[in-house]
Amino acid sequence: MTAPTRPDKRMDARAIVANLRDGMTIGIGGWGPRRKPMALVREILRSPLKDLTIVAYGGADVGMLCAAGKVKKLIFAFVSLDAIPLEPWFRKARESGAIDVLELDEGMLQWGLKAAAFGLPFLPTRVGLGTDLAALGGLKTVTSPYDDSEVLIAMPALKLDVALLHVNESDWRGNVQLFGADFYYDEWFAKAADQCFVSCEELVERIEDGVSGIGAAHANIIERCFISGVAHIPGGAHPSSMPPLHGPDMRAFKAYADAAKDTGDWSAVADQFVGTDEAAYLQSVGGKEAVMNVPLAVY
Amino acid sequence: MASLVELCIVACSEAFRGNGEVVATGVGPVPRLAAGLAKRTHSPELLMTDGEAYLVENPVPLGPRPYDGRTAAGHLPFSRFFDSAVWTGRRHAMVTPTQIDRFGQINLSYLGGSHAQPKTQMLGVRGFPGNTIYHPNSFFFPAHSPRTFVPGEVDMVSGVGYNPAKRIAGGNFSGVDLRRIVTNLCVMDFGGPDHAIQVISLHPGVDFAAVVAATGFDLIDAVGGETPMPDDAQLAIIAELDPHNIRATIFRDNPPARAAA
Repeated sequence: MTAPTRPDKRMDARAIVANLRDGMTIGIGGWGPRRKPMALVREILRSPLKDLTIVAYGGADVGMLCAAGKVKKLIFAFVSLDAIPLEPWFRKARESGAIDVLELDEGMLQWGLKAAAFGLPFLPTRVGLGTDLAALGGLKTVTSPYDDSEVLIAMPALKLDVALLHVNESDWRGNVQLFGADFYYDEWFAKAADQCFVSCEELVERIEDGVSGIGAAHANIIERCFISGVAHIPGGAHPSSMPPLHGPDMRAFKAYADAAKDTGDWSAVADQFVGTDEAAYLQSVGGKEAVMNVPLAVY
Repeated sequence: MASLVELCIVACSEAFRGNGEVVATGVGPVPRLAAGLAKRTHSPELLMTDGEAYLVENPVPLGPRPYDGRTAAGHLPFSRFFDSAVWTGRRHAMVTPTQIDRFGQINLSYLGGSHAQPKTQMLGVRGFPGNTIYHPNSFFFPAHSPRTFVPGEVDMVSGVGYNPAKRIAGGNFSGVDLRRIVTNLCVMDFGGPDHAIQVISLHPGVDFAAVVAATGFDLIDAVGGETPMPDDAQLAIIAELDPHNIRATIFRDNPPARAAA
């Protein structure tokens, strides 16, 4: 008989990061500069954690972790801030040879998460054939056992120790809801991980009592059995976007990108982009109201 | 008088003609205006997104516009993109890689050095490996030069081309379908022997020798005439789709469609 699962999953960011260990493989939800769990990333940056393997559709989360020397290996298809296409701190890390990488196609990355979610060693795909990805990444092929005998890339499972997400709403049991136009691959990061921790804009008592009624259940894209802990961190996506509440803070991203050129020394600017704690960070960017007033992006 | 960029937009839009009900994705201002022009004129059956997550039946204009004025005919977020558009082959993308070689192999990942320590890190391969093995692709290059149209092979093969040395035995490459290349000088396709790249039209005032001089590999001369000038109806739709005149910033000094002699 298994022990009863603790029903109340509320934690704070520090307690979430206390669950992480040096050398872990950590998946980060969101996409580029969109709905990233940045408060949780900042908490990692305030911690002594090191030698992490990061799996992400990367934005400033990846750039900051690389700049701070937290990353041993990066598994990625791109790292970008949309309007600032090339993530400057990620570039510095790559161009100095500081990190190991497994570079993948965007579709292969989610395919690897799905393999991990289903407990499979790999999933077959045509994607990667005819490119340099397989040779560079040590990806092997598999031959169809059926009459077609097609040779396919065996995309290995991207098993995560931990996934980190930022969501619109949750209750204390870990019933989450996402209200943006795109869920990205958050569902698969959660299912590929042994533990998934989320930060949320709103923490409610019982999500089924919400004013939006039963239709809001469609926003529950990840069942709570995949959620290990919930932290209430309003503004926790800043400077990335949090639709429909606020857009990406391009002014903040520009300051961050400019700092990569001048002075280019993360330790000299880390305090500006990380802060001593989340309250100090939020205050330094004008408070929660200022974050919520960043206009939503059109593409 | 039409501008060079407007001539390029019209030339790019021809890539989407007669594609059927596929998602037309134009990445960057010129390809995106081209896809919108195609849908508004000769190919209304095309599917298209608003650049974020919604399918629209009216192509959305470039640049700032009200967030609350958005409409949607459908939903095609990143979370469904591989299932619905890419891995089913229901898409034609037009993109601008950093490099392309004689095989049509493209690179968006890094330049120089090694993969372990690139001299210049760019975006990463993004979705190019999947796009190029599953659905048609076309390209727009605003600066035709040997730095883009490279001798030998691209620094990292991010997208599949027609290089026989990269065709793993038993692999299914039947989805590889490179269609059209539009540059500031000419229009090309992959219609030569073994999919060799050939020039099919020259922009007004450009000669074949100028294209050869700007290309790092041999080109086939299959020029059938001048790239067509935009007509007034096309120019009016382009202006509607680009109300902030972002297209005027693509080429330095926004030159006219006919190059000065």
